[in-house]
Amino acid sequence: MYAYIVRRVCYAFFILIGVNLITFALFFKVNTPDDIARLQLGVKFVTPEAIAKWKADRGYDKPLLYNEKAAGASRFTDTIYFEKSVEMFRFNFGSADDGRDIAYEIRTRMWPSLALAVPVFLVGMLLQISFALMMAFFRATYIDFWGVVLCVIMMSISGLFYIIGGQYLISKLWNLVPISGYAGGFDALKFLALPVVVGVIGGIGSGARWYRTIFLEEVGKDYVRTARAKGLSEAVVFFRHVLRNAMIPILTGAVVAIPLLFMGSLVAESFFGIPGLGSYTIEAIQAQDFAVVRSMVFIGSVLYILGLLLTDISYTVVDPRVRFE
Amino acid sequence: MPILPVILWTDALIYLLLAVVAGFVWYVRRHEHLRAPWWRVAQTPAAMSSLVVLAVFLMLGLLDSLHFRLALPAAPGAQAGTAGTRELAYAVDVKSALDLLLASIANRPERTYSAPLATRAYAKETVEVQAGDGTPGKQVRDYPRLKYGGAHLQDPDRDWQSDVLRTAFRGLALALPIWMLLSLILVAGCSPRERLTARDFWREVWRGEAEVPWRSILITLGLLLLVAVPLVLLSARYHVLGTDKVGLDVLYLSLKSVRTALVIGTLTTLVMLPFSVLLGIMAGYLRGLVDDVIQYFYTTLNSIPSVLLIAAAVLVLQVYIETHPGLFPTAAQRADFRLLWLCIILGVTSWTGLCRLLRGEALKLRELEYVQAAQAFGVSEWRIMLRHILPNVMHIVLISVVMDFSGLVLAEAVLSYVGVGVDPSMISFGTMINAARLEMGREPMVWWSLASAFVFMLALVLAANLFADAVRDAFDPRVRVGGSKRFSREIA
Repeated sequence: MYAYIVRRVCYAFFILIGVNLITFALFFKVNTPDDIARLQLGVKFVTPEAIAKWKADRGYDKPLLYNEKAAGASRFTDTIYFEKSVEMFRFNFGSADDGRDIAYEIRTRMWPSLALAVPVFLVGMLLQISFALMMAFFRATYIDFWGVVLCVIMMSISGLFYIIGGQYLISKLWNLVPISGYAGGFDALKFLALPVVVGVIGGIGSGARWYRTIFLEEVGKDYVRTARAKGLSEAVVFFRHVLRNAMIPILTGAVVAIPLLFMGSLVAESFFGIPGLGSYTIEAIQAQDFAVVRSMVFIGSVLYILGLLLTDISYTVVDPRVRFE
Repeated sequence: MPILPVILWTDALIYLLLAVVAGFVWYVRRHEHLRAPWWRVAQTPAAMSSLVVLAVFLMLGLLDSLHFRLALPAAPGAQAGTAGTRELAYAVDVKSALDLLLASIANRPERTYSAPLATRAYAKETVEVQAGDGTPGKQVRDYPRLKYGGAHLQDPDRDWQSDVLRTAFRGLALALPIWMLLSLILVAGCSPRERLTARDFWREVWRGEAEVPWRSILITLGLLLLVAVPLVLLSARYHVLGTDKVGLDVLYLSLKSVRTALVIGTLTTLVMLPFSVLLGIMAGYLRGLVDDVIQYFYTTLNSIPSVLLIAAAVLVLQVYIETHPGLFPTAAQRADFRLLWLCIILGVTSWTGLCRLLRGEALKLRELEYVQAAQAFGVSEWRIMLRHILPNVMHIVLISVVMDFSGLVLAEAVLSYVGVGVDPSMISFGTMINAARLEMGREPMVWWSLASAFVFMLALVLAANLFADAVRDAFDPRVRVGGSKRFSREIA
């Protein structure tokens, strides 16, 4: 099993290199630093000197892959690829266009993101599973039918409307919590309540329907028939046998999302004014700050790959039948 | 009036898509085993009702995909004799057939916001009250009358309510005969084929005993007509759904948004479909090194958070457009190119799911006897993949195409909000919501843009979801296609 995990880690590292190369090509080959500089400085009336200065300030004035002027190992290290892309593996992201250190921003903005994403994830999943459980328990009745109808309607509504509706109803009409903003410490509760509620409600539709199909798949299996044949009551069959077995695909499927919680949610954070990584990313996209976008792409990929790795490991832990080929 | 047809990139792809669908339908009709699952779809009431709604949206989208430039009227000084030889000049802006149909509501801009069916503006302005004897009156702060909305009313405070109600009732009354006419056409068209008298057929339909759920279809049609006909009548005199910040009719904006949503929902999958099908089947059938490379390729692409990849790609495109202004002479072409690019990049981020499914299915199929028989006969690998594997995975392709549609429509709205969606000048649900969101804080609230975007999107996405479910159930209820799931999880 350890050999298997080591192999998966190596594979994950390979994928990360691939991601790194793709982002490098996207940001430096398709668009040269000259283009970016011109865009940043205003497209018209840009002098070559201004572009050169912009590039020099940000360290974009080096060759892309191979520096002929340098000597020894610095032929490869004194290049854009090494300084901007390889350095990311050491989590050294450089500074944003406004001069701030990206790594520092990430470290401070991570916590508000987590404060929003973790409750949404946990509460949301609990609610989705309970709702799905109810529909699956009362399968092929009106409860199930209207539950599915409700799910389909809820998942047909854009997430933006949940946020707008929630803000209007709870903050503006009922004046329960502030519309947006954030504060540290216990004050955060006041600001986080609405985003959490909105996030949970927004996810119920697709989540509950998804889990319902998993439960129903499990209900149709042979061991369930055996359990019924033993004379167990339907409730015992359902909550002891079906629920436990259905939790395997549900939990292993959820593992992949856990590391990504760090990234926060793009839309909710910027709507509610929470200074997390999601709103940081959106601001960077809107300000066309390529350094930040590049770093966030890299971190997002690292976290996703970590999630895949955790999924692989959790399969081996949960289900002993998994073979390590 | 002479016109100059303009074929935008997305138009061309839509025509191509239509041709593909037509070919597919023709092919399916000739093969019994392919017809059977579609027949099951046709027997599902929810699917057929949503198909009616989808057909309406589709018609709007197609009308909006016929683009052209109108000829400018001859200059007033030009002589009649030279008119025949004169070069025709065309207007710069690109219009669509839908624009012509909606000309009556599109070309009536107010100054700024106005509420649905309003006769007066949303905000107070200084207006001059004319005294009876023609002398210049004093200036008063009041809600001014709209230029077009309810302009035919003498005294809007008194006549408005009765006029709106009368028009709406006239619409409802008109909807009924239209609906009856459609029902009659249905009965006249179908009863001979069913070898029933018209009366028996109608009874069968009305009791819900017909094989095709005509009753659901007719009820959906009736409801649509009941909404649409009063809307049409009212829109001739009022802004039924109000106007937006620059005074454009919101109904017009909503109808124009349909095309953008449809393009994103369909072209995205179309653009990447050949790649994902080819790579998926190759990986599953050829195995070995090919499989490793393809798997590595899609896992890598999949690892990049899709929103960020889209953002990066759209930023790249922005730079490209800014630095190559010569390639995009008109704003419509620029917006269209950006829409196409968005489809491509959305496709790049979403093709991996289908590819993985196809790989798994091809792995299973290659062990079956008929494939082994083909191998034993010495059929070449490419031929086996084309003739034996591909037809047997087509149902997965089909299911994933229809299942992805609604997720993509929803994704467009979010991406436009993030600022990496369609061009800001392009009318879409995302840009509508985005513009309306900024006015949330106003008092009284400007709610109508949001509400119309909500209703139109819900109708489209709900219909698409219901139809997709029926298609999946008919073809293979066990296939788990969760294309939109990653998006919702990542963004929301």
